[in-house]
Amino acid sequence: MIGMISYLAFFATMAGILAIVVLGLNLQWGYTGLFNGGVVAFFGAGAYGTMLLGGRPELGQFGGYEWPFVFALAGGVVLAALIAWIVGMLTLRLRHDYLAIATFGVAVAFESVTRNAEWLTGGAKGLRGFPRPLEAAIGNNFAYGLFFLGMVLVVLGAVYWGLQRLVHSPYGRALRAIREDETAARSLGKNPARLRLQSFVIGSAIMGVAGGLYVAFYAFVSPQDLAPILTFQVWAMLIVGGAGNNRGAVLGAFLIWGAWTASGFALSKFAPQAMQLYTGSIQYILIGTVIVGMLLWRPQGLLPERIVTRFTKTAAKAGPTSKGAI
Amino acid sequence: MTEPVLSLRGLTRDFGPFRAVDSVSLDIRRGSITGLIGPNGAGKTTLFNMVAGTLKPTSGSVSLNGQNITGLPSEALFSRGLARTFQIPRPFRRMSVLDNVLLAPPAQVGETVVGALFRRGRVAAEEARLRDKARAILDFMTLGKLADQPAGKISGGQMKLLELARALMGDPAVILLDEPAAGVNPSLTRTLIERIEELNRQGTTFVIIEHDMDFVMRHCDPVVALAEGRIVFQGTADEARVNPLLLDAYLGAPT
Repeated sequence: MIGMISYLAFFATMAGILAIVVLGLNLQWGYTGLFNGGVVAFFGAGAYGTMLLGGRPELGQFGGYEWPFVFALAGGVVLAALIAWIVGMLTLRLRHDYLAIATFGVAVAFESVTRNAEWLTGGAKGLRGFPRPLEAAIGNNFAYGLFFLGMVLVVLGAVYWGLQRLVHSPYGRALRAIREDETAARSLGKNPARLRLQSFVIGSAIMGVAGGLYVAFYAFVSPQDLAPILTFQVWAMLIVGGAGNNRGAVLGAFLIWGAWTASGFALSKFAPQAMQLYTGSIQYILIGTVIVGMLLWRPQGLLPERIVTRFTKTAAKAGPTSKGAI
Repeated sequence: MTEPVLSLRGLTRDFGPFRAVDSVSLDIRRGSITGLIGPNGAGKTTLFNMVAGTLKPTSGSVSLNGQNITGLPSEALFSRGLARTFQIPRPFRRMSVLDNVLLAPPAQVGETVVGALFRRGRVAAEEARLRDKARAILDFMTLGKLADQPAGKISGGQMKLLELARALMGDPAVILLDEPAAGVNPSLTRTLIERIEELNRQGTTFVIIEHDMDFVMRHCDPVVALAEGRIVFQGTADEARVNPLLLDAYLGAPT
């Protein structure tokens, strides 16, 4: 029983962390139309940044300042935001597929740095040892797992709440206008360059938050964690859940992470001996199939964007009833 | 005579070796409905785009209410009182008609991250005020019943009305209309013309590119004709009707 709950808590913690990443991507893609193909870079910046500032010192290794978790996490988020700002300044004039290619390149470059800059990132073996927040105080592993899950859910809730406020406001309206038609938005006085950059940086900072939680959860990070597959998983989550809908983003994260975990479990259990080596690749194929299938048959996702939002609907009721011309 | 609302001086635009607009100087009289005509490729839309800030002039200057606006980006002009619509309508398709209109007012409190997150009270008050205005404008443009429809789902003619509605949210002094009647059914065209004339009575200046000669001759004064990037005629509709050059070059045989 305890083992089952413990496992579910573990599962939900990972799903919650990924849901935060998906929410960040939803701000960028769902609301602003920015095709970020390098999600892992910003997740990774948050993870490595948090680890360097909050991790335990190692001989001959940069970082390991053992900052309190909250400050280390803040540092990781700032790093993610900073990288996003630089990348954004350089690339946000690119549209759609070009932006996707550029950001994908950034992610590959970032992974390459973590793999090779050993003095900074520990190279391929990664960085290990992170004093997890309140772990000593709680002691018991089972209780700590639940505590950590609670913490992730609180952060997820806060990010969700903040984003809902942001997108269901005149600000969100301006972002969506940029997404729909930049030229028209400009003719109405909106500044696409500023809005796109802000959305990109805020979304990436949110991915950085998730990275910081991830590194605290595992007390370990290595280039393995920044494989491109994570970007595709996150995209699958957003597409399945529904781009332009924050509830859809969270739902998609839990669904896809569930399907990923279940398929991994099923493959390891039922795939023939000779196939066992390739189960990872089969999972990759499954993720790709889900993305393609969704885009073909239900591109709006399970919970589609609502054109008439709650925000405007309550608004509509308050306004005078409309009947033809004046 | 009052100062012109828009003043173009020696406006020129080259595309490589091709001179699309060649040293156009033109004053737009405040309160007028100025019609801009000319054959395809005469440079009308290029001229529009330079005034509206989507295209930088190679040389020359534009001033709005006596202020030099040459080379300012298009997003800087709406709040200065210059609005435009597009030849092919550009609605925000996956946004409601009401949201399309609510978007437009410049410098909204809730349009910044800080405002949206932390100034909810002020944002709500502002929204309530803008919503009343947006509803009134949509009603005026006969789009009131479509307020909650996605803008991508309304007809092409209604999209043209919507673009004008969006523009009106900024209380512009001048509105540039690029072929407002093209591809619009006669009944909506009539609505559009009535609204333009009503707004004009209230003081809004219009500059209209239009191929529909009947429209131009009946509703525009003055009429300006461009050919090969230059102004070839400038005068009243009555003068245009009998101008031999226009009859030859553009209007064809007299009707």
